[in-house]
Amino acid sequence: MRVFHDSDTIVAEPWRTKAFPILKDLIVDRTSLDRIMAAGGYISAKTGGVPEANSIPVPKHDAEESMDAAACIGCGACVAACPNSSAMLFVAAKVSQFALLPQGKIERKERVLRMVEQMDKEGFGNCSNNYACEAECPKKITVTHIARLNREFIRAELT
Amino acid sequence: MTLDSKIPSGPIEKKWDSHRFNMKLVNPSNRRKYTVIMVGTGLAGASAAASLGELGYNVLAFSYHESPRRAHSIAAQGGINAPKNYSNDGDSIWRLFYDTVKGGDYRAREANVYRLAQVSGNIIDQCVAQGVPFARDYAGYLDNRSFGGAQVSRTFYARGQTGQQLLLGAYSALSRQINAGTVKFFPRREMLDLVIVDGQARGIICRDLVTGKIETYAANAVVLATGGYANTFYLSTMAKASNATAIWRAYKKGAAFANPCFTQIHPTCIPQGGPYQSKLTLMSESLRNDGRIWVPKKKGETRKPQDIPEEDRDYYLERLYPSFGNLVPRDVASRRAKEMCDKGFGVGATGLAVYLDFADPIKRLGKHVIEERYGNLFDMYHEITAEDPYKSPMRIYPAVHYAMGGLWVDYNLMSTIPGLFVAGEANFSDHGANRLGASALMQGLADGYFILPYTLGDYLASTKFAPVKMDDAPFKEAQSGIEDMIKTLMSINGKKTVEEFHRELGKVMWECVGMGRNKARLQKALQEIPKIRDEFWNNVKIVGAANDLNAELERAGRVADFLELGELLSLDALHREESCGGHFREEYQTEEGEALRNDKKFAYVAAWEFAGVGKKPILNKEPLEFEYVKPSQRSYK
Repeated sequence: MRVFHDSDTIVAEPWRTKAFPILKDLIVDRTSLDRIMAAGGYISAKTGGVPEANSIPVPKHDAEESMDAAACIGCGACVAACPNSSAMLFVAAKVSQFALLPQGKIERKERVLRMVEQMDKEGFGNCSNNYACEAECPKKITVTHIARLNREFIRAELT
Repeated sequence: MTLDSKIPSGPIEKKWDSHRFNMKLVNPSNRRKYTVIMVGTGLAGASAAASLGELGYNVLAFSYHESPRRAHSIAAQGGINAPKNYSNDGDSIWRLFYDTVKGGDYRAREANVYRLAQVSGNIIDQCVAQGVPFARDYAGYLDNRSFGGAQVSRTFYARGQTGQQLLLGAYSALSRQINAGTVKFFPRREMLDLVIVDGQARGIICRDLVTGKIETYAANAVVLATGGYANTFYLSTMAKASNATAIWRAYKKGAAFANPCFTQIHPTCIPQGGPYQSKLTLMSESLRNDGRIWVPKKKGETRKPQDIPEEDRDYYLERLYPSFGNLVPRDVASRRAKEMCDKGFGVGATGLAVYLDFADPIKRLGKHVIEERYGNLFDMYHEITAEDPYKSPMRIYPAVHYAMGGLWVDYNLMSTIPGLFVAGEANFSDHGANRLGASALMQGLADGYFILPYTLGDYLASTKFAPVKMDDAPFKEAQSGIEDMIKTLMSINGKKTVEEFHRELGKVMWECVGMGRNKARLQKALQEIPKIRDEFWNNVKIVGAANDLNAELERAGRVADFLELGELLSLDALHREESCGGHFREEYQTEEGEALRNDKKFAYVAAWEFAGVGKKPILNKEPLEFEYVKPSQRSYK
């Protein structure tokens, strides 16, 4: 929307996918993403009962890659861009962020299975390597996280 | 109204510990019998809701957003303070406490600030356990940086998006409780009134923003974690939706509003592009470490900045403050920029901007060094303005970005209404007259994770509750009051949009109650604001219907409240005849133009009590005593 000429036609439409029902005009309901999060997008740490912060060292490289994934703001542009209405870039970003950290590894199996199950339930499609999500992502989340999501999922299924 | 701060007795470092022991507990099996309403699910609200849910209380959480992810906490860039002393540079709880009281220009409560410093270390532990990817060194340990002029490195950060990462951490914890069923989340609900039964806060009135239905909810206690009121100024760095409606309606129901005039202005924001721009963007003030600020010497200069030779430029900060130069404090840099523009030296299409030039450092250090230091900020500037700051100077202008004032709370974070608690930016508690960098995130999470879960339990355990029903008179009255208000708003059918009124209010606020305040201009604001408010109630046009998703109607209610809050803010600024922190009264300054406090007369919290719209509110004073940090004058010369 930044670069256009006078009298160009600009098309604005709501983000089209079954999993984001239209509320009104351009406003859609993206709470399906919140339900995926509620299904497992967390580390089950209780308030208070946690160790001193530096007692969990994290290799810098892992922390950086986890941070790359954590940059996701959950806007849903990936879903709208995908011809399959897949939310896999979103789910991958969350799964990746936690799977890369030692704190998150403990629940990695249950997490990925539950989040993918909820993703399917909400009616999102699957990834068929179009990479439209990566192209549209405002936070530059890459599809390599989808590869990690797939690995996490297979690993969880098989073990 | 009596203001009892309920500060525990004993030495400051023991107060919180002994208070925690003395507070009453709710038996774990009884907790689910208590319902707590949480309004707002940003940093403070999400962390509090998650922690209370985990303890076993029945939590109802409300947000006008579709998801807790959308809260404005997400926009905080810099970091979060904690005196872990990982940098081995002499930091301690005591030092953070000292810095915060001094930074707040001696207008905060010592006991609260000490507790904040005390629990801030636990926040970092908590966030790391939740999977917040803080910056780390090559050994895998947490990295710290110095921030906002602090002499120690105590700021934890996650690139330039610390707020986002902490919010997502709290949101994760909240999601877990939603899944467990202890927290019920109500998206797209806006709290429009507080329900008080027998003097206790027992419920809220909400509008379902999708259907327009007015709903009532009952509980044993209500927590407001609804953020600050900086959007009273119309243009601010706040998200457009940020508003003061929840705290304002609570104020009108009897909660005292403390220090409304303590608002903070940030000097390095991207200026307004034109009159229809509705929000501003903040850039980290670290830019001033290398950038040089200047304006053309000639009024109405038309040449491009690159074509203006050195002798025609006025590097006014370097000229006025030879020792500090471009690194003078936020408020000084902001005031001088406005002054230059008011005199007609401003640049850009609107004339409301000054240049922040990197040509010299690029020449001296090379483009790659500047890119390494500020790359993300330069990109952000480029994306918003479509100008390349590596080639031509940035244009910057100050903007309002934080409100230190808010609803008055005691040591337990309870307002003057029993059972109404206030957390995060919505309360006035810890920052005094000026907030230090990287302290907002700290306070929001301290309130939510480590203070409310204790103090709220104490209130529930020590209070008798009569059963309430939705068709009790207080609920019915509050509900019909809101329905009437909406009906009135929809029926005005005037000629001006809500946005026009907000813009008009913002203009008065910025001109008269902005950076430099004086008696004459504040009195002018107190005359102008009621006029705009009267016109609003006679001439506003709200399109659409009340029983539908209607963004105009939502905005109308919020602007109606800003039109009242702006008056209180001005009144507070007029009454406080001193300069301190973010409140600068031109009549009260040192010869060097520094803020001149008056500790004899104004070392108190001004807690205003509602007396009716258009009527002068009642001023209540909570005296501030400084037992541990003795007031001194700050100096940047």
